[in-house]
Amino acid sequence: MTPPVVLARGIAKRFRDGTEALAPIDLAVCDGEFVTLVGPSGCGKTTLLNLIAGLIRPSAGSLGWWGAPRPDADRSRRFAYVFQSPTLMPWADIASNVRLPLDLAGTPRAEADRAVADALALVALDGFARHRPRELSGGMQMRASIARALVTQPALLLMDEPFAALDDFTRQRLDDELIALWRARGFAVVFVTHSVTEAVYLSTRVVVMGARPGRIVDEVAVPAPWPRGDDFRTSTGFAALARRVTKAVAAAASTDAP
Amino acid sequence: MRPDSVGYLRYGAPALVAVVVLGLWEAAVALNDVPPWLVPAPSRIVATLTLDRTLLLDSLGVTLGIALAALAFAVVLGTAIALLFVQSRWLEISLFPYAVLLQVTPIVAIAPLIIIWVQDTRVALVLCATVVAIFPIISNTTLGLRSVDPGLLALFRMNRASRWQELTRLRIPSALPYFFGGLRIASGLALIGAVVAEFVAGTGGAGAGLAYQILLAGIQLNVPRLFAALVLIAAAGVALFGASVLAARLALGRWHESELRAPD
Repeated sequence: MTPPVVLARGIAKRFRDGTEALAPIDLAVCDGEFVTLVGPSGCGKTTLLNLIAGLIRPSAGSLGWWGAPRPDADRSRRFAYVFQSPTLMPWADIASNVRLPLDLAGTPRAEADRAVADALALVALDGFARHRPRELSGGMQMRASIARALVTQPALLLMDEPFAALDDFTRQRLDDELIALWRARGFAVVFVTHSVTEAVYLSTRVVVMGARPGRIVDEVAVPAPWPRGDDFRTSTGFAALARRVTKAVAAAASTDAP
Repeated sequence: MRPDSVGYLRYGAPALVAVVVLGLWEAAVALNDVPPWLVPAPSRIVATLTLDRTLLLDSLGVTLGIALAALAFAVVLGTAIALLFVQSRWLEISLFPYAVLLQVTPIVAIAPLIIIWVQDTRVALVLCATVVAIFPIISNTTLGLRSVDPGLLALFRMNRASRWQELTRLRIPSALPYFFGGLRIASGLALIGAVVAEFVAGTGGAGAGLAYQILLAGIQLNVPRLFAALVLIAAAGVALFGASVLAARLALGRWHESELRAPD
C-alpha cells in the first residue's frame, strides 16, 4: 500500500509564549483526497496547515510526507501552498510570478515558459502574462496565485482560505474551477476555510476543528458524486451535511475551556 | 475639478506667486531707492547672472561636481552597508549606533578634521558631503531590505530559495521604493554638505565653488552676486531633487503605489 500523502501522529503545537495552539492531533490525507479544515477563528486551522507545509515544526508528535520524515525528501512529489492573499510580487508581471517556483529550482527557461503557459491556460489567464498584478482584479490575482502553485505539478496543494476575501459570485466560480482542476490533475488538497457550505461543497472529507486548544472534534465524509453543481448545493443531502458540520462547530464552541 | 485643470493649476499657481512676489520686490526697491548693496532688485540679480556667468557657472560646476560625486559615493557605500546589515543582525547592532553618531554630529564640526587629514581639498569636500548624505541611504535601504512581504518570504523558503536568490529576487526589489525615498533626501543633503564643507574649507582660486563666491561677495558687499550665487545653488538643489524623482518614476512607475496615478 502506498503511504498517505500526509500522516500526522499526535502532533501538537505550543508557541514560545506558552500558547497551546494545537492539542495532539491525528490526521491522514490520502492520494487524491480533498480534505477541508473548518472551524471558528483561533482553532488552529492555519497552524495545522503550516505544520503540514513544514513551515513550522510540531512541539510533539511526528509528521510524515509520502512516508518520509521531510516534506522535500522526494523531489518528484512536491507540494504547493496558496495563501490567503494572492502574495504576488508587485514588480514582476504575471508570467514571472507564475514562473517563480521553477526559476528558484533552476528549471531551464524554455521548459519553464512552456509550463507557465500551460498553468496560465488552466486558470484562464492566457492573455494576461505581461500584466502586472495590480492591473488584475482580486479574483484574477488569486487565479494567478493558483497558477503559480500548479506550475510545479504538485502532488499536494495546501490552501489557506484562498477565496475568503472575494465576493460570493467570484468565490463560487473559483470553487468550481478548483474542483475541475483537482479532478483533472488528481492531486490531494488540504483546504482551510471558515465557510461550512464551501467546505461541504468542495470536499471529500470535512475535518471540523474546535478552539482553545485547537483540536479535531469531528470528521464528516461527503460521499456526493462529481460533478457537483447547483443541484448539489440545493439538495437535502447537502443541507443535512452542512447542518451536521455546523452542529459540530457549535458543540465545540460550547465546550471551550474557560 | 477636471484633471487637466488640476495640471494647469499645479504649474500655474506657483508661477503666479513668483510673478507677484518678484513684481512687488522690484517695485519696492525702485520706489524706495534701496541701494543694491542692501537689497538688489530682481532685474539687477538677473543682470549679474548674465554679466558674471563665466565665473558663476564655473563655480556651479565645482559645487555640483562635489555634490554629485558625494551622492554617488553615498549611494554605493550606503547600499553596500545596508546589504551588509541585512546579512547579519550582529553587524547591524554593532555598527548602526556609529552611523547614527555620524549623522547627528554636525558636519561643520567634523569638516575641519577631514580637511586637515585629507591632503586633496576636492577629495576632502567630497568626503564631507558624503558623510552628510549617506545616512538616509543606509537607514532607508536597510529598512526596505527587511520590509519583505512575509507571505512572499514563506513562498521563497518553501521553494528552497538560496540566500542569493532571496536577496536578488525578493529583498532588493522590495527595497527599491525605500531606497528611492532615501535618495530623494540624500540628493538635497549632498548639496548642503558640499556647500557647508566649502564654507569651512574656504578654498578660493581656480577650484572655488559657489559657497566661496557667496563668502567673497559678502565680504565685498557685492550683494547682487551673492543673490545670483544663491539662485544657482537653489536651482542646483531643485535639479538634483528632480533627477531623483525622475529616477524613482523610471524604476517604480509600473508597479509601486507611490508612482501610480490615481484613476481619473
